[in-house]
Amino acid sequence: MDLFEYQARDMFERHGVPVLQGLIADTPEEAEAAAAKIGGVVVVKAQVKTGGRGKAGGVKVAKSPEEAKEAAEKILGLDIKGHVVKRVMIAEGASIDKEFYFSVLLDRSNRTFLSLCSVEGGMEIEQLAEERPEALAKIAVDAVRGIDKAKAIEIAKAGGFGDDLVDKVADVFVTLYKVFVEEDATLVEVNPLVLTTDGKILALDGKVSLDDNAEFRHNDRHDLQRDDLDPLEAKAKAMDLNYVKLDGEVGIIGNGAGLVMSTLDVVAYAGEKHGGVRPANFLDIGGGASAEVMAAGLDVILGDPQVKSVFVNVFGGITACDAVANGIVGALNTLGATATKPLVVRLDGNNVNEGRRILAEYGHPLVTVVETMDEAADKAAELANK
Amino acid sequence: MAIFLNENSRIIVQGMTGSEGMKHTARMLKGGSNIVGGVNPRKAGETVEIDGTSLPVFGTVAEAMAATDANVSVIFVPPAFAKAAIVEAIDAEIALAVAITEGIPVHDSASAWAYNVAKGQKTRLIGPNCPGIISPGKSNAGITPSDITGPGPIGLVSKSGTLTYQMMFELRDIGMSTAIGIGGDPVIGTTHIDALAAFEADPETKAIVLIGEIGGDSEEKAADYIKKHVTKPVVAYVAGFTAPEGKTMGHAGAIVSGSAGTAQAKKEAFEAAGVKVGKTPSETAALMREVYKNL
Repeated sequence: MDLFEYQARDMFERHGVPVLQGLIADTPEEAEAAAAKIGGVVVVKAQVKTGGRGKAGGVKVAKSPEEAKEAAEKILGLDIKGHVVKRVMIAEGASIDKEFYFSVLLDRSNRTFLSLCSVEGGMEIEQLAEERPEALAKIAVDAVRGIDKAKAIEIAKAGGFGDDLVDKVADVFVTLYKVFVEEDATLVEVNPLVLTTDGKILALDGKVSLDDNAEFRHNDRHDLQRDDLDPLEAKAKAMDLNYVKLDGEVGIIGNGAGLVMSTLDVVAYAGEKHGGVRPANFLDIGGGASAEVMAAGLDVILGDPQVKSVFVNVFGGITACDAVANGIVGALNTLGATATKPLVVRLDGNNVNEGRRILAEYGHPLVTVVETMDEAADKAAELANK
Repeated sequence: MAIFLNENSRIIVQGMTGSEGMKHTARMLKGGSNIVGGVNPRKAGETVEIDGTSLPVFGTVAEAMAATDANVSVIFVPPAFAKAAIVEAIDAEIALAVAITEGIPVHDSASAWAYNVAKGQKTRLIGPNCPGIISPGKSNAGITPSDITGPGPIGLVSKSGTLTYQMMFELRDIGMSTAIGIGGDPVIGTTHIDALAAFEADPETKAIVLIGEIGGDSEEKAADYIKKHVTKPVVAYVAGFTAPEGKTMGHAGAIVSGSAGTAQAKKEAFEAAGVKVGKTPSETAALMREVYKNL
């Protein structure tokens, strides 16, 4: 999960990273009040999870609460690369001398962590990496040893910091690494990290991505404001289903992430022959395809008005196909008259004959059992194109 | 021969007495694996009866190895305790540790891996979040169904569990030397390249199927490796052409970020290395069948 800037700021503050005051506002009035509370010059910043806010008009300096209100009026509701601004952060103004860059992230390619650092901050880091790669230090960080003071000094020096600042920024790097580890982050980025005219180092803007697998040891995450989920995705999440909404007509249910991804592809290819229909979703029901899980999955998929047909693709490994077939029967019985779209089912593997027999015996008019994955995809695409 | 796992493998199960551990120990036994014991510190000294086989439970991996000569451990420990279990296997210097557990925080797998590297990689780690490894007719360490295919000349390496099963099923008339599911997490022990190198060196393996999916650069690196070091024919399949950017497709590692990790980029990398890439699992199997005919 990616955090909003204000969430990253709050997190930094809790861990002792030097930051400026920042208050959130969802209305121009709240922005005005926040600016009055902070006092002096403030910056009104759109809270969206995308870059290029400044260029899009999502960041404005305000010299008074009235100006902050006006700025918020302009920024709230703004569409920045498809992200509509619903919240702004009112940040204390700073007198900036220099801008730097620091991040620590998971480097999956090398199965370790990596720190990026440069005295040339402020601009988009991708741009710096492309235009002046020699100015961006990339230092591998051992996942066991981490970033201690010595390592932080090594990173700061590699990033081009002079002797006057190395010690000061190294302390901040150590603290940022603490955020990275203690919060189970996969990315902690500060851009810009600034030196103020009065000689302070501050994290002015932060980006943090958290590892969803680690949620079990971070109970406080439930309170974080989430992205607005698609209503179907929200429903699926509430039922603990692994579902991603896509823009197509063929609903997909399968077991195992790889097989479901593959099913989407096969359906998209089949769709080329059937009016260009596409997969409507990703839904992995995992190992245990009980009637309840199958019913919940079908319920979500049939609730998608775009869906014209459903393809259930299961390879019985641990799960036996008869259990899956019983799951489908149970789901259709549960859904009753609300199930109105054709279902194409392909079963293979563990206990396949019994699974197919159960479905044949059930003889539901909406269910077609097809032998291979390719044929089933073709049938589902054909039905979606009717 | 087969790779990493064979008829001489003596397997212990970390987390054997849990529900998943019990279920899959029974399945492995039924499939003919030589399971010699389990590990659970709270039940050390007890004996567990699984499907008519009495298995001793030990307090640690090291104790289990000393008593049973085990050389493989399969790990079914829940995510919160999985790192400790992997580290324990590494400390005991067991030859092969197969971590089945899904949902391990990436900081845990990254530090377990760093620990293994620091210790000189005396343990081959497979996974986490994988179906494990099977050398049909010889041994099965993990959750792959034992009866999909028999022994044969094809080596299979895949990120995905169910696609492993699907491909074993498609090629069941030819059979496999070893099928290994390396897992869909961002940080894993054994990589595509490790499996390719082992298959290349294994006289029983005559041809290789490689299955990849979106996310990371394991497939691109594998393509480069094949070009330089693999003489045996390789056929590849990549899942996730329709996956949109920024959405995680089930596996924590299956995410397209920016221009990196797309299925198209991986397909192109394989083709540039002279590897044929199937559009679908069945087409991939058909390509392998062609290769097999000409072996």
